[in-house]
Amino acid sequence: MRFLPHTNQDIESMLKIAGASSLDSLFDSIPKDLKTKDGLDLPEPLSEWELDSHMEALASLNIACKNYKCFIGAGSYDHYIPAHIPYLISRSEFMTAYTPYQPEVSQGTLQGIYEFQTMITELLGMDITTASHYDCGTALAEASLIALRKNRKANKIAVSALVHPSHRQIINTYIRPTGYEIIEIPYTADGVTDLTALEKIDDIAGVAIQSPNFFGNIEDLSAFRTAADAKKIMFIVSFTEALAYGLLKNPGSFGADLVAGEGQSLGISKSFGGPGLGLLAGNKKQMRNLPGRYVGKTKDTNGKDGYVLTLATREQHIRREKASSNICSNNGLNAMTAAMYLATVGKIGIREIAQQNHDKAVYLKTSLEQAGFKPAFKTPFFNEFVVKVPDGFDQKRTALIEDKCIFAGTDLEPFYPELKQHYLFCATEKVSKDDIDQMVKEVQ
Amino acid sequence: MDQRPGTSGLIFNEPQLWDKSRKGRCGISLPRSDVERSEMDSSLTGDAPDLPQLCEMDVVRHYTRLSQWNFGVDSGMYPLGSCTMKYNPKTNEVQAARQGLAGAHPLSGDQFSQGALKLMYNLEQFLAQITGFDAVTLQPAAGAHGELAGMLMIHAYHAKNGRQRSKIIIPDTAHGTNPASASLCGYESVNIKSGPDGILEPSAVSAVMDEDTAGIMVTNPNTLGLFESNIKEIAQIVHAKGGLVYGDGANMNAIMGIVKPGEIGIDVLHLNLHKTFSTPHGGGGPGSGPVGVVKALEPFLPVPRVEKNLDTYAFVNDCPDSIGRLHTFYGHFGIMIRAYAYILSMGGKGLTDASKLAVLNANYVKESLKGTLNLPYDKPCMHECVFNDAIQQQNHITTMDMAKRLLDYGFHPPTVYFPLVVDGAFMVEPTETESKEYIDQFIYAVKAIAKEARNTPEKLKNAPVMTKVTRLDEVSAARKPCLRG
Repeated sequence: MRFLPHTNQDIESMLKIAGASSLDSLFDSIPKDLKTKDGLDLPEPLSEWELDSHMEALASLNIACKNYKCFIGAGSYDHYIPAHIPYLISRSEFMTAYTPYQPEVSQGTLQGIYEFQTMITELLGMDITTASHYDCGTALAEASLIALRKNRKANKIAVSALVHPSHRQIINTYIRPTGYEIIEIPYTADGVTDLTALEKIDDIAGVAIQSPNFFGNIEDLSAFRTAADAKKIMFIVSFTEALAYGLLKNPGSFGADLVAGEGQSLGISKSFGGPGLGLLAGNKKQMRNLPGRYVGKTKDTNGKDGYVLTLATREQHIRREKASSNICSNNGLNAMTAAMYLATVGKIGIREIAQQNHDKAVYLKTSLEQAGFKPAFKTPFFNEFVVKVPDGFDQKRTALIEDKCIFAGTDLEPFYPELKQHYLFCATEKVSKDDIDQMVKEVQ
Repeated sequence: MDQRPGTSGLIFNEPQLWDKSRKGRCGISLPRSDVERSEMDSSLTGDAPDLPQLCEMDVVRHYTRLSQWNFGVDSGMYPLGSCTMKYNPKTNEVQAARQGLAGAHPLSGDQFSQGALKLMYNLEQFLAQITGFDAVTLQPAAGAHGELAGMLMIHAYHAKNGRQRSKIIIPDTAHGTNPASASLCGYESVNIKSGPDGILEPSAVSAVMDEDTAGIMVTNPNTLGLFESNIKEIAQIVHAKGGLVYGDGANMNAIMGIVKPGEIGIDVLHLNLHKTFSTPHGGGGPGSGPVGVVKALEPFLPVPRVEKNLDTYAFVNDCPDSIGRLHTFYGHFGIMIRAYAYILSMGGKGLTDASKLAVLNANYVKESLKGTLNLPYDKPCMHECVFNDAIQQQNHITTMDMAKRLLDYGFHPPTVYFPLVVDGAFMVEPTETESKEYIDQFIYAVKAIAKEARNTPEKLKNAPVMTKVTRLDEVSAARKPCLRG
């Protein structure tokens, strides 16, 4: 086996030093009745090239093996990834290192994550951000727990019905055992969270609003901040499309206390939904409440700048049962990828890419409208929107995937049973006018 | 002859990104817009985020230089105890990057994602075979997330049985994630001490186990590198009072093909694909923490689950007793691909050999360094061995000093000051992919450092001197946090 270096001679001489007569006798401390009798019933090992064929055969069962046209988003977005990003992130010094517990030989990871923290706080307009979380849903669950723990009187949190359906489920999974509850805020006919409904909900520790919301619509965050202030509760903002903040006013400018987001759009492949990149940011007051790692700047014994993991006293390996969370490994390599992406696009690129996403989505919506699709809402959106489709659309959509590898929207009915024949469409900078024209022609 | 692999060489200074920024540069080729510009209402838009402005090569050189300040498994031996820093096969990266897998959208629909579903289904079967459990979920995003999944299932199991419990037993050798995960479920940790020989004694468990206790969390092999040989009896004690046994499988690399946790009384166990199954640690993730369970806990597994019907695979959400969802989509699929490729490369015998050689390497280190370093538990170990600085303390040299000096010799230090039950712990896990030559170099380095500790202790106090930076002021970093530029 090419990963195992030991020759028979090595084994023999090492056993001698170890004081064991055979490899099997190394396990004599395990009582016989605890050892398995069956061995491992697994497929015979594959050579590297047999593995290639096997994996390519599996990959070819996914439609993604073809160069498909993606008009779906809903939490996972098809953006262009410049060639140098996968090239750089594959450098084994980044990829095969562990968590930077020994800072003197981890300055690459540490400076990289410090720069990541800087760029994410700039993107979101927030004071601080952690070194990453698993995904937006888990980050939002942690943010909800922070709000609930802070407010000792209320054991409920208000969450917009237009927060990604999976994220609402994750919050539920996280908070249920400790007796907390979610109150869902309904949405209005404009496809935004119902502010007046929120105003009527009492005894809550916080409110979570996604913007752009699951329908792609931009929420009036300023009004929700005011409502949260009136109730003296935490205001949490979430998002699934990080590039929106290349164009939109950021959550910090509306006074968000906590922000939970998904950073997959920042140079990370869709990879069937994971690993993505959980972003978790807060204002200064939340510094000691946010879970997970931070990188901080400091000096070495010669007075030279350097970086270390810091504020670890909040974390599980020090605080154990009193830690702010159980998180240990986060999504560090994807945070580094996002940093590379943000450094690549820069101030000019992020604005232009965001604008192009919006332009393409507006063109797509207008084209669908001309083809007889009915827009569901009139609210401003970023790169996703909802339309009501004509009868027979579903069959056309399936045929279009099978014949031309074009994905025309996501059916909303499984998530919102009241929205029959409503589809969520997305357009990114990757689709051309011709792609859009072709898709619309096929489905009309 | 000096056998140390570490030497000095030219490395580069590199400023922070924004010090390199020049107004007007951009590192991405922006497509020409082929549709009309659609200005958004100015009340909705903000200023463009003030990101650094760089060209493509600025970015490439920046991150190339940063990478050169890092130490990875590919650079050298990384014997970090409990972290299983084994070689990460490069073919795994090729497999994960295939367009059909990396390019797959999670909402493509089951019909168009059969390859991904089949891979997940097969990987669940493989992990069930390796661990001896009836069912597996791949959804948890990391080991600690897997622990949370497991504890949530234990919680749901007791709720379903009509009586919730309030406590959980955790031995003093446990990872910090164990009590933190239990806390998230509202369980109060009852800490118990391991016995004089470093393993749990059934009497310690029976003394605290009652009908208000949800169960016990056991790491086996434990963090002293010792096999918990009383596990079956302990499980019986816990089961007799209606509790469940949680297994922390972080150290599964010691026992593949030797012991199947599902056969020895453990009810639920998480694995770390980034430890045992060779996926890269990435400087702190992304990892993946699948969880295996016995039949009785299967209804509580997170949704969606993957099912096979004839030759078709599908996600299933209709599981009324499920703890619910833990990840926005299906977990860290990209990491699953790598672990799947690893298992197929190794086969059953290969995985068993890996465990045997991991244990051989650890025992070889233990016997070779015993005497040079103090060994608090002098008995055969599994995949790792724990020394401490009791001998070097006579010269006022600590574990930290030795760890920092190891950097100068070209090694990543072992895990230090963990487990907490050993003062000044120095925890070595070589893994099976280190050859005798590399391990001999490591042993040589530790012996040379022990000699320096006696003769020239200042060399250790000043270490490291060969790295880009010297020891960093962590106290000021925490006292006056500077978390952004």
